[in-house]
Amino acid sequence: MTPAATDVETTQIYRVYIKATPEEIWEAITSPEWTNRYGYGGFARYDLQPGGAFQVDASQEFIDAGAPSVVVDGEVIESDPPRRLVQTWRMLMDPTMAEEGFTRLTYEIEEVPHSATKVTIVHEMEQAPTVAAMVAGTSESTGAGGGWAWVLSDLKSLLETGARLSG
Amino acid sequence: MDDDDRVFKALADPTRRFLLDLLFTRDGRTQSELESELEMTRFGVAKHLKVLEDAGLVVARRSGREKHHFLNPVPIRLIHDRWIDKYTERRVTALADLKRELEGTP
Repeated sequence: MTPAATDVETTQIYRVYIKATPEEIWEAITSPEWTNRYGYGGFARYDLQPGGAFQVDASQEFIDAGAPSVVVDGEVIESDPPRRLVQTWRMLMDPTMAEEGFTRLTYEIEEVPHSATKVTIVHEMEQAPTVAAMVAGTSESTGAGGGWAWVLSDLKSLLETGARLSG
Repeated sequence: MDDDDRVFKALADPTRRFLLDLLFTRDGRTQSELESELEMTRFGVAKHLKVLEDAGLVVARRSGREKHHFLNPVPIRLIHDRWIDKYTERRVTALADLKRELEGTP
């Protein structure tokens, strides 16, 4: 989905090329066994149909650190495996972000012949400035993680080398 | 030319770094909006944007008749994670070793 002209300023786009099949990447995004292995971790639960529920259950490590048992929730808008997933996405890690409500997240997965798979994340965040700052990685130095750029870099490392980035 | 080469080449030019800074300040600008910030022909700006797009540093999305340009920080992140961390980590470890040695603990 191309963002409308009115919300371009609150849209962030991230793109990475990964040497893996679209199916492997789809699996890494939608199955809890995989989502706990990179980025912020946690177990993603998807009901992959329009209107289906989405939530990320916190890992034990997060719960021990004081996180709620569900760290992200939302709803599936469109599911076209392994090419396109559109969903709403609400961060529940802290009350300010939870209050900003649901944002819109699109994953586009496209095979580039003889090369790699192109993964694009379009995150539309109208009226969600705190979430926007978090996913842009602007508070990384305070331990809030590096946002989508870091998540995608880690996912690339995991799928291409079998290992996460150190640190 | 591999991916990292394209990124370093794209970043080696001050106009292109300026374009990235403009998008960092306000993302999703059209070419005309970017042109108004530069003393350069339309063709010149288009050429620089093409180099940035080829390096993956800018992602262009069409919306109706408008084409919007978005800063994609992932290629810089990949360089950071694969190269810069590697060297800074070693330096930090070396300092930690030095500290241990000076403080006399094994």
